[in-house]
Amino acid sequence: MSRHFRELSVVGALAVVLIAMALFAPAFFQPQPLLSLATREAPTLVVACGMAVVIICRQIDISVGSMFSVVSVCAGLLAARGWPLLLVLPVAAALGAALGALNGLLVAGLRLPSIVVTLATMVALRQGLNLVRQGEFVNMPDAVQWFGLPQATGQWLLVGSALALLVGLGLALRHLAAGRFVYAVGTEAEAARLAGIRPQRVTFAVFVFIGALTGLAAMMNIVQSPQVQPLSGMGLELKVIAAVVVGGVAISGGRGNLWGAFAGLLLLACVAPALTHLRIEAYWEKAIQGAIILLAVVADGVRQRKQN
Amino acid sequence: MPVAPVLQLRQLAKSFGGARALRGVDFDLQAGEVHALLGENGAGKSTLIKIVTGAHQPDGGTIAVGGEPVADLTPAAAQALGIACVYQQPALFPDLSVAENIALRLERGGAFRTVGWRARRECAQDLLRRIGAAISPEAEVHSLSMPEQQLVEIACALGSGARIVIMDEPTASLTHQEQHLLFGVVRDLRKNGVGVIYISHRLEEIFALADRVTVLRDGESVGTHPVAAMDEAGLIRLMVGREVAQIYPPSEAAPGAVVLALRGVGCTASGVRDVTLDVRAGEIVGLAGLVGAGRTELARVLFGLTPADTGEILLHGQRVTLRSPQEAVALGIAYVPEDRRRHGVVLEMPIAHNMTMAVHRRLFRGAWLRFGAERSLALDYIRDLAVKCTGPDAPGGSLSGGNQQKVSLARWLATKPKVLILDEPTQGVDVGAKSEIHKIVRRLAKEGLAVLLISSDLPEVIGMSDRIGVMRGGTITAMLPGTADPHTVMAAALGQEETAG
Repeated sequence: MSRHFRELSVVGALAVVLIAMALFAPAFFQPQPLLSLATREAPTLVVACGMAVVIICRQIDISVGSMFSVVSVCAGLLAARGWPLLLVLPVAAALGAALGALNGLLVAGLRLPSIVVTLATMVALRQGLNLVRQGEFVNMPDAVQWFGLPQATGQWLLVGSALALLVGLGLALRHLAAGRFVYAVGTEAEAARLAGIRPQRVTFAVFVFIGALTGLAAMMNIVQSPQVQPLSGMGLELKVIAAVVVGGVAISGGRGNLWGAFAGLLLLACVAPALTHLRIEAYWEKAIQGAIILLAVVADGVRQRKQN
Repeated sequence: MPVAPVLQLRQLAKSFGGARALRGVDFDLQAGEVHALLGENGAGKSTLIKIVTGAHQPDGGTIAVGGEPVADLTPAAAQALGIACVYQQPALFPDLSVAENIALRLERGGAFRTVGWRARRECAQDLLRRIGAAISPEAEVHSLSMPEQQLVEIACALGSGARIVIMDEPTASLTHQEQHLLFGVVRDLRKNGVGVIYISHRLEEIFALADRVTVLRDGESVGTHPVAAMDEAGLIRLMVGREVAQIYPPSEAAPGAVVLALRGVGCTASGVRDVTLDVRAGEIVGLAGLVGAGRTELARVLFGLTPADTGEILLHGQRVTLRSPQEAVALGIAYVPEDRRRHGVVLEMPIAHNMTMAVHRRLFRGAWLRFGAERSLALDYIRDLAVKCTGPDAPGGSLSGGNQQKVSLARWLATKPKVLILDEPTQGVDVGAKSEIHKIVRRLAKEGLAVLLISSDLPEVIGMSDRIGVMRGGTITAMLPGTADPHTVMAAALGQEETAG
């Protein structure tokens, strides 16, 4: 119980929100808007899984938003040229992984701080994309949207695959040796090294991992609308980092899991529609999200001080 | 009536957790005196210094400076009272210039005061000239050598008009010529009425420089003597003092074939040089020496952390290269590191995870972790080593020091090593757990493991080892039998072979 207190309290907060909605605004639970909300957040969930792993490893990647935009545009261009989506998918993942590998090489190979490295790649990728594309949208053929399936089917497919990915990765993090290595390196890299683990390799791997997931997320993005915007990933990094931190992944590394990150994402994602249904001004959204993040961080701080 | 001593400590006591570092130490320092402080590793010298500089608060006892009792000594208060310390590792700001570093120590005032750059430079220039150091005040500190940085520290002490200057092994990294320069500075300080507390392991320096010497042993002062009335053998006797009081399990060694052989092994980066050593199956070879003698550095070479660049290492007669911990582990070398709380055990992780950390490849074929196998391995070792815990899921941080050490040991035993390197295995461990660990190590040797035991605890090294290698200056300077008496080992560690006996 005490070990999962943090995750459970997020779930509790979510339950409170949902119960309040059931009492005061039952219209919130209409299936179609909820499915649309879930579909919009599906790519965010996939990136959040990667971010959780990166933060558990005591690193951070703030270039995911830019990576997301770049891969979205590239994948969109390929799809627009008539490439089959089943072929675009691995290319998108590989492109993401390659961009992640660049971050990983700089962080693990040259031992540079990840916040600086990914800040640089974030700016470089975003500006590079602007330069090449001049803000132009990519128009997608009809066959691409919702994989050419009816909209509801396509939405279910996206939400379903994001959830499947979450469950698979969540289990892998606990049951694979590689997952254990991530926790060990994130807690005490030198101890891990003395135990025969190669911390630099693990660090490199988590950046490749988040890159590949960002590529997949971009793929889930381009099938959602008739046009791919070059700015589609703006602010994504903040969203996922917030979700992960609210979900109990310690920014100091070594602690947390994907289930918590998922709960954190749900909580933050519910704020906007809940406000709409409660007829509260939308301006409150960011303020409330900020308050939730602050509360989570303060809770962690208090917990840590108690431990010492 | 004699003048009040510039520093007077009475019944000073300090404990860390359960370990009593100082148990009622008396110490006087007169103005114009060089007072040497001597003792084995862990005798309490550093603790005493840290209390005098205000870094630690004593649990008991009194401090008087210039006859005035002082309570609640903080680093700032100590500085204001004229207490300055020159550390072995200078604590300067590497990216600032020498003059700025000196100014930071000496100038007082608010954050918005104006800075007199020229005055700063001149002040620094003047101080450096007074100690005869050829260092430019403009030089950035990171461009200076270690001894030069120490000279800057001394300049700071001088400039602060300190009445009490503490020097903690100031000559450890100095060349012969720089030593002479330093001695001159110390004598100047004495002439100007400054009291100097001088800590050094080099007995010849104490005879050359000090007026009186106080020997600490196990947190107690065993006496203050005028240096003129002492000789080296007498000092060593005072430092070692006690007999091997603790009962150590008897050696049942029937050493077998040579498992690990080193032939002229050296590593330039870590200062290990020309080490030749054999360790046989079933044998415990102790490595004695003072802090900085190169014992941990040698262990790190053998574990592939700082690979050797000269000489050869043979395992079972086969020449091997050890360039990474992975290679060392694969060849059957295990290293239980000194810093248990940071490197030995991941405190946040459950005991079971800690114990399997080095054996993932062997325990879990394929990538999936098998929690059942992990748990049963953990339970085996918890029973086998008698780890006191609530179960394999308890976090490493919930255990006592001795039990953490057992978990760290279990992690390495799980790799089924041929060579086990133990680095200070019982440091900060209570007496009961200590003797349990000794019994475990004996048993492991009996089972055929080749054990290399690094310990600063002289009775331990003597009580446990079949043979003792004494290290000094990065190499093994003496190979002694396990029956050697403490005086001989200490004399060898201090480099006084000729007076030993």
